[in-house]
Amino acid sequence: MKKKLIELQVNGEVYSLAVKPNDTLLDALRDHLGLVGTKEGCSVGECGACTVLANGRPVLSCLTLALDATGVQITTIEGVSQGEALDPIQQAFVDHGAVQCGFCTPGMILTAKELLTNQKRPSVAQIKESISGNFCRCTGYTKIVEAIEAASKEQGA
Amino acid sequence: MVQKECWKCNIRKRLRFDTHEQLPYHPLRAERKVISLMNEYHVIGKRLPRIDAKEKVRGQAHYTDDLKLPGMLCGMILRSPFAHAGILKIDASRALKVPGVKAVITGDDTIKAKYGVISRSPKFVDEYALAVDRVRFIGEEVAAVAAADPDAALEALDLIQVDYEELPAVFDPDEALKPGAPQIHDHAPGNMSREFHLKQGDVEKGFLESDLVREDTFTTQSAIHAYLEPHAALAEWDMSGRLTLHTSTQTPYYVQQHLALTLGINPDRVRVIKPYVGGGFGGKSDGMAALDFCAALLARKTGKPVKLVYSRDEEFTAARRKHPVTITMKTGVKKDGTLVARQCKAFLDGGAYCSLGPLTTVLVGTFQTLPYRIPNYQYDGYRIYTNKPPCGAMRGHGGPQAHFAQDVQLDMIAEELGIDPVQMALRNGLRTGERSAAGFNIISSGFAECVRKVAEDTKLKEKKSYRKSDRGKVYGIGLGCGGFPSGAGFYFTNTTSAHSSVIIRAGEGGGVSVLTGASDIGQGSDSIICQIVAEVLGLGLEDIRITSADTAMTPPDMGTYSSRVTVAAGNAALKAAHAAREEIFRVVAKKMEANPEDLVAADRRIFVKGSPEALMSFEDAVNLYQTENEGAPLVVKGSYNSPDKMSPTYSFGAYVAEVEVDLRTGEVQVQRITAGHDCGQPLNPMSVEGQVEGCMVMGMGYALSENLSFEGGQTLNPSFLGYRAPAANQSPEIVVHHIVGHDPEGPFGAKETGEGSLDPVTPAIANAIYNAVGVRIKDLPITPEKILREMKKKAKGHEKETD
Repeated sequence: MKKKLIELQVNGEVYSLAVKPNDTLLDALRDHLGLVGTKEGCSVGECGACTVLANGRPVLSCLTLALDATGVQITTIEGVSQGEALDPIQQAFVDHGAVQCGFCTPGMILTAKELLTNQKRPSVAQIKESISGNFCRCTGYTKIVEAIEAASKEQGA
Repeated sequence: MVQKECWKCNIRKRLRFDTHEQLPYHPLRAERKVISLMNEYHVIGKRLPRIDAKEKVRGQAHYTDDLKLPGMLCGMILRSPFAHAGILKIDASRALKVPGVKAVITGDDTIKAKYGVISRSPKFVDEYALAVDRVRFIGEEVAAVAAADPDAALEALDLIQVDYEELPAVFDPDEALKPGAPQIHDHAPGNMSREFHLKQGDVEKGFLESDLVREDTFTTQSAIHAYLEPHAALAEWDMSGRLTLHTSTQTPYYVQQHLALTLGINPDRVRVIKPYVGGGFGGKSDGMAALDFCAALLARKTGKPVKLVYSRDEEFTAARRKHPVTITMKTGVKKDGTLVARQCKAFLDGGAYCSLGPLTTVLVGTFQTLPYRIPNYQYDGYRIYTNKPPCGAMRGHGGPQAHFAQDVQLDMIAEELGIDPVQMALRNGLRTGERSAAGFNIISSGFAECVRKVAEDTKLKEKKSYRKSDRGKVYGIGLGCGGFPSGAGFYFTNTTSAHSSVIIRAGEGGGVSVLTGASDIGQGSDSIICQIVAEVLGLGLEDIRITSADTAMTPPDMGTYSSRVTVAAGNAALKAAHAAREEIFRVVAKKMEANPEDLVAADRRIFVKGSPEALMSFEDAVNLYQTENEGAPLVVKGSYNSPDKMSPTYSFGAYVAEVEVDLRTGEVQVQRITAGHDCGQPLNPMSVEGQVEGCMVMGMGYALSENLSFEGGQTLNPSFLGYRAPAANQSPEIVVHHIVGHDPEGPFGAKETGEGSLDPVTPAIANAIYNAVGVRIKDLPITPEKILREMKKKAKGHEKETD
């Protein structure tokens, strides 16, 4: 398959890369750019582990073609924290024990990031609904919901 | 020197975490405070964030699939499309012509050595790493390819020509037992994979002495772990013929053994490294997976590193899963609910190979002897081969199936006798000092406290008679109970290694390295081991670096299964930490002209009891140790073997589920689950809660929705959505009560949490559904269809009665 040269804007940087027409955004991030914080859990858009933000909106990078991801600002988990300091959502995940195996964590945090950007004080039901496309098998979601709730309070304070 | 060190220290600045900040002492302040500190844990029992959480939230934790080596090839596996067939011929010539394809391997490229995780009996060693002459389930590994990229590998898989001769297949255990059924293995006439019988007391006599005897049959579905990280392996050989394999596993030492066996090399030539693992729940506890072997052999054949990652489809169609079990349970009780006798027969649908199934066959029978006292007990378990993917261990390992049957039946019995299930649980619950019917020695039991706590907290008795209904939805509440071993007391293989060993090393700079073969797969054992070491050495979590697990560096360990890590590896860590402290105290005592018994380690310092002005920093103490020992670093070790061949100790739990059932749709919403869990002393309550909460939602999925459907041995729903594991918007409110105790065997009094927490959930939900709508579903999962069908049947029966 013939490769095509594209430019991706990821975490504020512009990258030039040659991708195949069937390369997904997930392939581009993980295999081309080495941004392996974005995880592949199912590759068919069901588990949410590959969630990244495109212009602030969560997208499933396993279902998005790399060719279609040009011209938007992509944020991956590597772009969430500011230098050494963790984002308040990341910090809340750490403090509240919301991380176990950690495989769903990057996608979960990015989904939460979008939620808290658009909704200052979501209810527990709204938090659960918003992360219901991000599958977690370890935590029973309890501490994840608690962490997002705590981060929203922190943000509102 | 001591004085100077103290003047230099800036306590406020150096106290880095909460627990220490709460401690109101300074070495120069009153002696009384230093002494009171000795009686208090600094790190143990605190809600500390896990040591790996920061890396994980930043996306910096590397799992096997995140690793890349120069020149690395991509591997893929060709799987059988037939449930049972002979392999006549495999022709890979066309596949090898695909540009980028470097190698194809089949059974003929192997030494044709069988392996099996339970290698104590040759009967259980029944599997080839790649099929030889015959395949026994759809999805069985037939060949594997290594190519420069995934496209070439996929194309090559299509071009491998396999000539099969289809054989009659059998999918149902009942059918497989019939005379004339297709025979799956030559070594197992009648398709009997394992039989296990257990007898304690006299059940017949027990039934005669009983006031009520009930017999019920329960069936459970095919469930699967659905860990989020698919299996992955990356293999590389060096010039001296040594293999390094990074793999997503719970049991690196079994992987090492199995690889050595199937590759025909000495185990010391195999180095298995476990990077971060994205969950396992028993699905990565079998030792070697086919992809480990294929990565290794392909890498050897091509001379290049090879990585293989299972697709989610492969995980659902071919990986290990939980046994579906048919359980016939006959239980006799006295009028007051006292259990007198139990006879249980279980038929396990084993799938095509043994995996851990021979043990599951035992555990269905033994685990149901917790948490209750059953004076007369008989169990007959049978595991039957079928042409389906092999079943092995899944969280709870035989417990969830048996406990669903047990606690639903006891709820029925309580109702029939008109007694409170809570009173019945309390009457029959095993107490400290007792021995279960299967021979489990209970050295600490907080079961009664668990039951009382949840019954009281949920107002169980009162709410049971609610029959509250709101807009077509009915409320129900139910109790489920359980108990679970804190680790197996034996290896699956013959070995001279201890169950767990830990090495601690400290050198210049005072940093402490902990080496353990115990595998953190997300449950948090690395953090717990660090907490134990930190507590003993008076250090903070951030002072400790842990390596787990790398068979070339870390000492052997059974691995992460049977809920064993906290007690076994924790005790090994405790022993090693005590040994390190002893060495340090010895040199410090000499220097300070004090008695080693009078020293205390806390806040990165060594103090003399009674004269708090005499102190030395941990770093100086380590340097002093080196000076006194010709510059050699401090290296100590600790090992642990379960003193009881069954298990060192047992956890207990009682859970109450509250549900709402929609009368029109049959849909069940679990509103709240309240747990009382006795894991002795929770070493990190936040981590314990995480295990309990995870179990609750997994148990809820098992109760209500999760199910792999088959037709002709073909998995019909190989996807997350098809399998229907719970999403966040289905998760209930969860309340966890720690029933804190002090187990005499566990490190700092701790017991297990990771698996036992699953057992009570499913029966609690099943009993709550009955409480809501009055129908008993004895066949998991309890789907809306089954509820509506039973409700209709009940209504019809009722109509007939009133006619």
